[in-house]
Amino acid sequence: MNFDFTDDQKSLKEEARRFLTDASPLSAARGVLEGEGDGYDARLWARIVEQGWCGAAIPETYGGYAMGYVELCALAEELGRAISPVPFASSVYQFAESLMLGGSEAQKQALLPGVVTGEMVGTVATTEGPGEIAAGRINARVANGRLSGTKLPVVDGLAATHAVVLAQGDDGPGLYIADLVSDGVMREAVATIDPSRGAARLTFDDVPVEPLGAGDGIALLARIEERAAVMIAFEQIGGADRCLEMARDYALERYAFGRQIGSYQAIKHKLADVFTRNAVARSNAYYAAWALSTDSGELPVAAAAARVAASSAYWLASKEAIQVFGGIGVTWEADNHLFYRRARHLQLVLGSPSTWKRRLVDRLEGRLAAGELA
Amino acid sequence: MNFDDSPEEAAYRLKVRAWIAANKPDLSVLGPEDRVWTEPHKDLATRWQVIKAASGYACIGWPTAWGGSGGTAIEEAIFNQEEQTAGLRFSYFVTGLHMLLPAVLKFNDDDASRALVPPAVRGDTIWCQLFSEPAGGSDSAGLRTRAVEDGDDWIVTGQKVWNSGAQIADYGMVVTRTDPTVPKHKGLTAFWLRMDTPGVEVRPIKMMSGDAELNEVFLSDVRISDSQRVGAVGDGWAVIIFTLMNERAALGSGSGLSWRELIAMARNTPAGEGSAMDDPAFREWLADYYVDAEAIRLQTFRNLSALSKGEAPGPEGSAGKLLWANGAQDLSSRAVDLQDRFGLIDDPELAVANGAFHHRLLWAPGLRLGGGTDEIMKNIIAERVLGLPGEPRVDKTVPFKDIPSGR
Ligand SMILES: Cc1cc2nc3c(=O)[nH]c(=O)nc-3n(C[C@H](O)[C@H](O)[C@H](O)COP(=O)(O)OP(=O)(O)OC[C@H]3O[C@@H](n4cnc5c(N)ncnc54)[C@H](O)[C@@H]3O)c2cc1C
Repeated sequence: MNFDFTDDQKSLKEEARRFLTDASPLSAARGVLEGEGDGYDARLWARIVEQGWCGAAIPETYGGYAMGYVELCALAEELGRAISPVPFASSVYQFAESLMLGGSEAQKQALLPGVVTGEMVGTVATTEGPGEIAAGRINARVANGRLSGTKLPVVDGLAATHAVVLAQGDDGPGLYIADLVSDGVMREAVATIDPSRGAARLTFDDVPVEPLGAGDGIALLARIEERAAVMIAFEQIGGADRCLEMARDYALERYAFGRQIGSYQAIKHKLADVFTRNAVARSNAYYAAWALSTDSGELPVAAAAARVAASSAYWLASKEAIQVFGGIGVTWEADNHLFYRRARHLQLVLGSPSTWKRRLVDRLEGRLAAGELA
Repeated sequence: MNFDDSPEEAAYRLKVRAWIAANKPDLSVLGPEDRVWTEPHKDLATRWQVIKAASGYACIGWPTAWGGSGGTAIEEAIFNQEEQTAGLRFSYFVTGLHMLLPAVLKFNDDDASRALVPPAVRGDTIWCQLFSEPAGGSDSAGLRTRAVEDGDDWIVTGQKVWNSGAQIADYGMVVTRTDPTVPKHKGLTAFWLRMDTPGVEVRPIKMMSGDAELNEVFLSDVRISDSQRVGAVGDGWAVIIFTLMNERAALGSGSGLSWRELIAMARNTPAGEGSAMDDPAFREWLADYYVDAEAIRLQTFRNLSALSKGEAPGPEGSAGKLLWANGAQDLSSRAVDLQDRFGLIDDPELAVANGAFHHRLLWAPGLRLGGGTDEIMKNIIAERVLGLPGEPRVDKTVPFKDIPSGR
């Protein structure tokens, strides 16, 4: 047992941090937030693609580098720290995982190499309105292999070339692969809580699509998102740790009443609470990364636990960092809000924490009912 | 104890309710993005202030000698409640009428001060509070803006920051350091000034929510007459405390989105076969939220009872401010999450409730800071209400200029 990154994984992480410190300063996220680019930083994206990171967990047969999921998680943590404004999560954790889990051999052959080279950017289009995803509320329809309907918000909907779309088919909800650069696809940017991760409204008018996998699309989507949740948890932890560091540094530097504010127990205990939540998230996320990398039956529980813990850690860290900064923290100019926004983005993007909490406990219950001991 | 209106109060309530209904301006002229501090919003608020002033409802509880209507604090509170219900509580005039002018009149009750009141009541003038500085926010006695006596005037130089509404204010109250050689609380002096006095420069600060409430105010050799001094030289700390107590009491009284809007939203948010309202975890959370929000509302009655007995708002008001600010952050966070993935959208044209909950989520961190931070509120409760010893202080007895500042 080694409940930590290996030395190789650590050096990959260090290298990624060095690279992102230079290539993805916070000004990159801010630039996109303030309206540069189509909801992402195209130059930064090209450089990240060049690193080969998109292929970290993709098998060599499909053009990937098959380093492994723990390695991908290590990269995710660094991307999360840098709040990089790129479609990595959509394309790699969601779209590529959809293909690997549900795609036919031909689909994998056709699309995965493009994800690795960045020639293709994928996303997943699930949502149409408020509330959790449910079979009865999906209005997008596929008939005779053609999709019509509207999806919003679709994260990276402007950057993407392809999307996995949740739509009603003849046998209920299913997943379909759509080429977004085809006729009949209309895309409009929509404003979101985190504009550094652009989103769009996608309207499909009789667009040819291919089914992805068979059977219940909502169940398949849940399995895809379970996998994505592990990587997203690492992004959340990266961001939460960065918030903690920023707040710690500021608490050392700022004086009030003739003392460093970090000398007040109110501030010390606040930061210690954030540290504790981050540690809880990290433990759960490591376990989930292991479960994902070994195809363990633990994954459904571990992934949900990681997501729940990482979502609350990031929320706490991002809001309390603002609190430590005082007035400066609520300005547009300070970087705090970039993290506060990203925390909310990540906690909603695969569905809200309450959905995952329920899922987690359902699974725990199911496990006991099945007579498992652990 | 009696929370019911007395017969006179009930009659007064009916009267003002009818009056508000008959005189209220049309709120539908405001679009979803015409929020507080935008021109259309301010214009509407000003129009309402003018209407109220013409009928004697602008400063109900103030003595007539001050330009008020000489009514009771209870009447004023009843009016405020009815105004709130009608969606007509605006903040532009609160700083002047409920925080700063009472201090001006309390500490410098002369003809010039009294002349400031009628235009403020009428909605002609807006006031801003020029207290905080880059080096002193929580530490509101740690101010460095200097005022140096020059004949019958003072020359003021320094920088203020986080000043709400300074960009539209006609008047401000500024606290300055007049003596850096004595301990910090003893060397402060307050003045009122016109914001168009030469040497006053206002620079807007964009907030994380995108809003334009806050400003930096630079003061370069600003000449202020000694007749505009509020309180004695060296008595500025008493003026600060007086206004902050009023501010915290006013903030703690709670406004903005409430459980009502949240329930309305939840009922319209589908979940399972029904709505988000069916989720037991949400319902339990809502119960917890409600008791806090209700406590804030009821506390205003207790404050009123104290006021009507002539007591000033005390440090207990800090609890209300804490609950209200943190409640606002929790409420907006819950509301956005309830929408699930669709909650990402904050475009007012598309988002649930025109994005009001999202806007609140981005605004709420400021509520936990402005008017005294969470941590300062807790220190006040612990030290001033519960009588626990203060932190060791390194800044109280030494001359201001010798206090460590990290630079
Ligand atoms: C929306 C908004 C409106 C405002 N409006 C006005 C206005 O109109 N006029 C005006 O003059 N000012 C205004 N302010 C300023 C406000 O009063 C200050 O921001 C606030 O007092 C905090 O000061 P600071 O920003 O300097 O933070 P700091 O005082 O530097 O605080 C930084 C952190 O240290 C903590 N801290 C400081 N001292 C202690 C201690 N002794 N014990 C424990 N923790 C401590 C704080 O709680 C905070 O978490 C406004 C602020 C905001 C956000």
